[in-house]
Amino acid sequence: MDGMKGEVIKVSGPLVVARGLSGARMFEMVRVGELGLFGEIIEIKGEEYSIQTYEETEGIGPGQPVVRTGEPLSVELGPGLIRSIYDGIQRPLDVLAQDFGEYIVRGTQRPALDRSKKWDFVPLARVGDAVKGGDILGTVQESALVSHKIMVPPGKSGTVGKIGPVTGNVDTEVAVIQSPGGPFGVTMVQRWPVRDPRPTKRKVPPTETMTTGQRIIDMFFPITKGGTACVPGPFGSGKTVVQHQLAKWADAQIVVYVGCGERGNEMTDVLMEFPHLKDPETGEPLMERTVLIANTSNMPVAAREASVFTGIAIAEYFRDMGYSVALMADSTSRWAEAMREISGRLEEMPGEEGYPAYLGSRIAGFYERAGSVICIGSDDRRGAVSIIGAVSPPGGDLSEPVVQTTLRVVKVYWGLDDKLAFARHFPAINWLSSYSLYQDIVDADADEKIDRMWSVNRKRAMTILQKEAELDELVRLVGIDALSLEDRLLMQAARMIREDFLHQNAFDDRDTYTSLRKQFLLLNLILRYYDEIRTGLADGATLEALLKLNVLEDITRARLIPEEELERFGSIEGDIVNSIRALIW
Amino acid sequence: MGNIIREYRTVKEIAGPLMLVDDVEGVTYGELADIKLEDGSLRRGRVLEVHGRKAMVQVFEGTRGLSPQDVKVKFLAKGMELGMSIDMLGRVFDGSGRPIDDGPAIIPEKYLNVNGNQINPYARDYPNEFIQTGISTIDLLNTLVRGQKLPLFSGSGLPHSRIAAQIARQATVLKTGEKFAVVFAAMGITFEEAEFFIADFRKTGAIERSVLFINLADDPPIERLTLPRMALTTAEFLAFEKDMHVLVILTDITNYCEALREISAARKEVPGRRGYPGYLYTDLSTIYERAGRIKGKNGSITQIPVLTMPEDDKTHPIPDLTGYITEGQIIILRPLHTQGIYPPVDVLPSLSRLKDKGIGAGKTREDHSDVMNQLYAAYAQGKNARELAVVLGESALTEEDVLFVKFSDAFEDRFVRQGEYENRTIEESLRIGWELLGMLPPNLLKRVRDEFIERYYPKTS
Ligand SMILES: Nc1ncnc2c1ncn2[C@@H]1O[C@H](COP(=O)(O)OP(=O)(O)O)[C@@H](O)[C@H]1O
Ligand SMILES: Nc1ncnc2c1ncn2[C@@H]1O[C@H](COP(=O)(O)OP(=O)(O)O)[C@@H](O)[C@H]1O
Ligand SMILES: [Mg+2]
Ligand SMILES: [Mg+2]
Repeated sequence: MDGMKGEVIKVSGPLVVARGLSGARMFEMVRVGELGLFGEIIEIKGEEYSIQTYEETEGIGPGQPVVRTGEPLSVELGPGLIRSIYDGIQRPLDVLAQDFGEYIVRGTQRPALDRSKKWDFVPLARVGDAVKGGDILGTVQESALVSHKIMVPPGKSGTVGKIGPVTGNVDTEVAVIQSPGGPFGVTMVQRWPVRDPRPTKRKVPPTETMTTGQRIIDMFFPITKGGTACVPGPFGSGKTVVQHQLAKWADAQIVVYVGCGERGNEMTDVLMEFPHLKDPETGEPLMERTVLIANTSNMPVAAREASVFTGIAIAEYFRDMGYSVALMADSTSRWAEAMREISGRLEEMPGEEGYPAYLGSRIAGFYERAGSVICIGSDDRRGAVSIIGAVSPPGGDLSEPVVQTTLRVVKVYWGLDDKLAFARHFPAINWLSSYSLYQDIVDADADEKIDRMWSVNRKRAMTILQKEAELDELVRLVGIDALSLEDRLLMQAARMIREDFLHQNAFDDRDTYTSLRKQFLLLNLILRYYDEIRTGLADGATLEALLKLNVLEDITRARLIPEEELERFGSIEGDIVNSIRALIW
Repeated sequence: MGNIIREYRTVKEIAGPLMLVDDVEGVTYGELADIKLEDGSLRRGRVLEVHGRKAMVQVFEGTRGLSPQDVKVKFLAKGMELGMSIDMLGRVFDGSGRPIDDGPAIIPEKYLNVNGNQINPYARDYPNEFIQTGISTIDLLNTLVRGQKLPLFSGSGLPHSRIAAQIARQATVLKTGEKFAVVFAAMGITFEEAEFFIADFRKTGAIERSVLFINLADDPPIERLTLPRMALTTAEFLAFEKDMHVLVILTDITNYCEALREISAARKEVPGRRGYPGYLYTDLSTIYERAGRIKGKNGSITQIPVLTMPEDDKTHPIPDLTGYITEGQIIILRPLHTQGIYPPVDVLPSLSRLKDKGIGAGKTREDHSDVMNQLYAAYAQGKNARELAVVLGESALTEEDVLFVKFSDAFEDRFVRQGEYENRTIEESLRIGWELLGMLPPNLLKRVRDEFIERYYPKTS
């Protein structure tokens, strides 16, 4: 076939230039060299095709063949995604390890979805039904937590000609659709080009809270299903732990975790831990709703660039079923750096700090793929993809391009602070600079569902923290004695909010997750104490006595109260009142 | 292609460590080249880019004395390889992998590509086995585990070499009957520093189970780029084919990065921060990520990279990018050193990310985590108060603040400070920790569970 096979003329790191591929399109996948390395066409200049290769290019040289595949970089979508671990171009790492050993061997490939695995298809549509893209034909129980919807692929429509229960691998035909263009079969698997967003009917504002079990997040800087958030911070400030915590405890139905250019051991950590952690609502292992993409820092950079798209395409696919999906990308900075490296090799005109001029539009385009949507299909079901991206600014300097472009598009900002991390105050989210633009939505929701005092308490607590920061300045200048007694009480309340509420140990079984109800009770308890000591002071109790009540220990330990024993909060409140009364009488 | 190895006399350009060879055929990216000088001496090179019939070659020993007219270049149709043998233990090699001691030639059991392959993340096993270094600030507060990469961030003139040597000397696991090895990779360090390590290894007999790769300050800088890869290939061979637990010391990463910058500048690449190439992160990760454990294998690779931070600046690209890849960092601090405290470990910003998996009942002791958190918190509070006192005077401190200041002074003096040959067990470190916590009333020890306070809080007589 003319133009299906060309030859290498240049190799420079991950960039290969080839000739003789006329007719090839931008972003078409090719196989490079005798080893058949995977690559993607990223620039066409006359007869010269620049290819970013997803694998190390050692041993590739001019004259070696380049073969077109005729298809852009695409993912396989179907049952078997859940519990998988893929590299940036959806190669199944578990299968590769089994077949080729502990090191990744170049040019190897295995199907993303295991063909030896049999699934039971349960039809929902009936013969004669008129269906169109997105309509659900039936389901497959993919894992304990996920009922996988088999949908008519986007853009297709017709009348169901044949459908029935079948058991088979993903290639098994589950239905035949009669269409004006002739009948076509639907199997359990779809292919989708990762760089194209999957279609939706329309986007709707993300108004449903996504709870995370992380107190500072849910109470002060909440995120919604379909919302976007970023977590910037220097190394060691807790970005990955925040991402892991969300992957564990967020009340999304599906989690896609993209380890993009970060540590290998962090993926191992997830792989080892998730099967043993139970979803707080269903009690099933968290792995039963999780898809992992692992393209660690030492893996080829072009595949790292692709990994984020592979992840979001999978997330969108589950969204299309009507699920709420949370995607974590750790770290988007490594993704941006991969773009920078490739751009540099292409000798493109660099923008700020060497990043390509299109950095901003790529980042915005990625986060735009999040959202709460009305899915395609006739039933107008809703689905959502939330994106939470870590950002790793050099030297922790937030003025750098990746942070700045990201902040222009995301709605939630959890700013991590190394000073807090050094003091082992975790999560080290700076409560004065972070923000969530979903606050009002979530407040309304929580006021209704949890307690009508939710937002009142939250605002009060934040005011106390802000006041504390002001007073702290003062103390640093003139000493604690300059403060009035009332202010001393406020400092005490602020400290308790920080240490007993905001501080949350991800590695403590009892502390790692807190329900909204318990979050409310805990903050309410601290505010109650604050109210009582203020009254106590007015009624003549001494400052020393008020700050040294035995009940303080109970408040400190209240965050460890099991979710089943929340009535204990009531009795601690009682103790507060009684012990202060005892001081006055 | 074909098997005939041709010799080219078509060198067209020489610039910095790079050489452009024209009219080549069948040359591939990453291929190794032999460069023969007029006097018959040989240098090594590697293809960095090949475009049509032009190959750009990086010359490891540098291009000094080369002339386009005189050199002959042979491409070897293979990447950079190193012959592996268990007999490498006890031996010293240069940056090209040639023995530089007086020992016999190594008869390789096999050849391995020094660039290695990426470990499939799925095949990794999580590092969770406690390594006792005998240094309290590491063992108790920044616990090292097998398969971890934990760098020392230091500055010029600080005792990082002594600390690295102390770790190499004392590191043990609370388990017996296992095989250990040390791989030592010196990049651009001084003769004295190298001698210090070698002498120390000799004195303790550690040399018998060590492999040393040495590139001194006056050796060719470009060799520093392959030296750590040779060292790590050797470590992988010992760990994953010979079941050994290998400790790799890489010093000084700053010199490595400078060599990388030199190549990048010679290639006229767009420089990133401070002139280092934009791919420094990716490049460093191909070194650091070679630490770890693999499922089904007995051995492990633990890395202690050492780097000197230019101007003691942690945000400089070298420590910054390192910190983003390694599993924590031990920070060596000048003020503590000036106060005469050895090892001058700056506890607060130091971190071991893997500590949580390596400590606790059955591994170290049940109270380890609580004691660690409490020591941190109390020391942080004491240091804060100390700063406050500097501004406002002692009188501005509350009673509680004064207590914490006393605590943090004692902490630096008795916990951080220890002898260079003092090898503390984890129990000793915990005991000192509790002694110090005993300076604070139990109700201020918020991070320690009651049961541990009851069990371990020092009873006053
Ligand atoms: N919520 C938390 N609870 C307890 N420890 C934490 C928490 N968040 C972070 N840490 C500590 O901080 C270390 C660094 O966190 P990590 O998320 O890996 O940082 P980053 O990804 O920003 O480099 C962790 O290894 C852990 O020791
Ligand atoms: N990340 C932050 N966000 C907001 N305020 C902060 C932050 N870090 C410190 N502060 C302010 O600085 C004060 C001192 O903080 P810190 O040293 O953590 O408290 P402590 O003195 O209890 O150890 C706090 O009371 C708070 O007002
Ligand atoms: Mg991280
Ligand atoms: Mg304070």
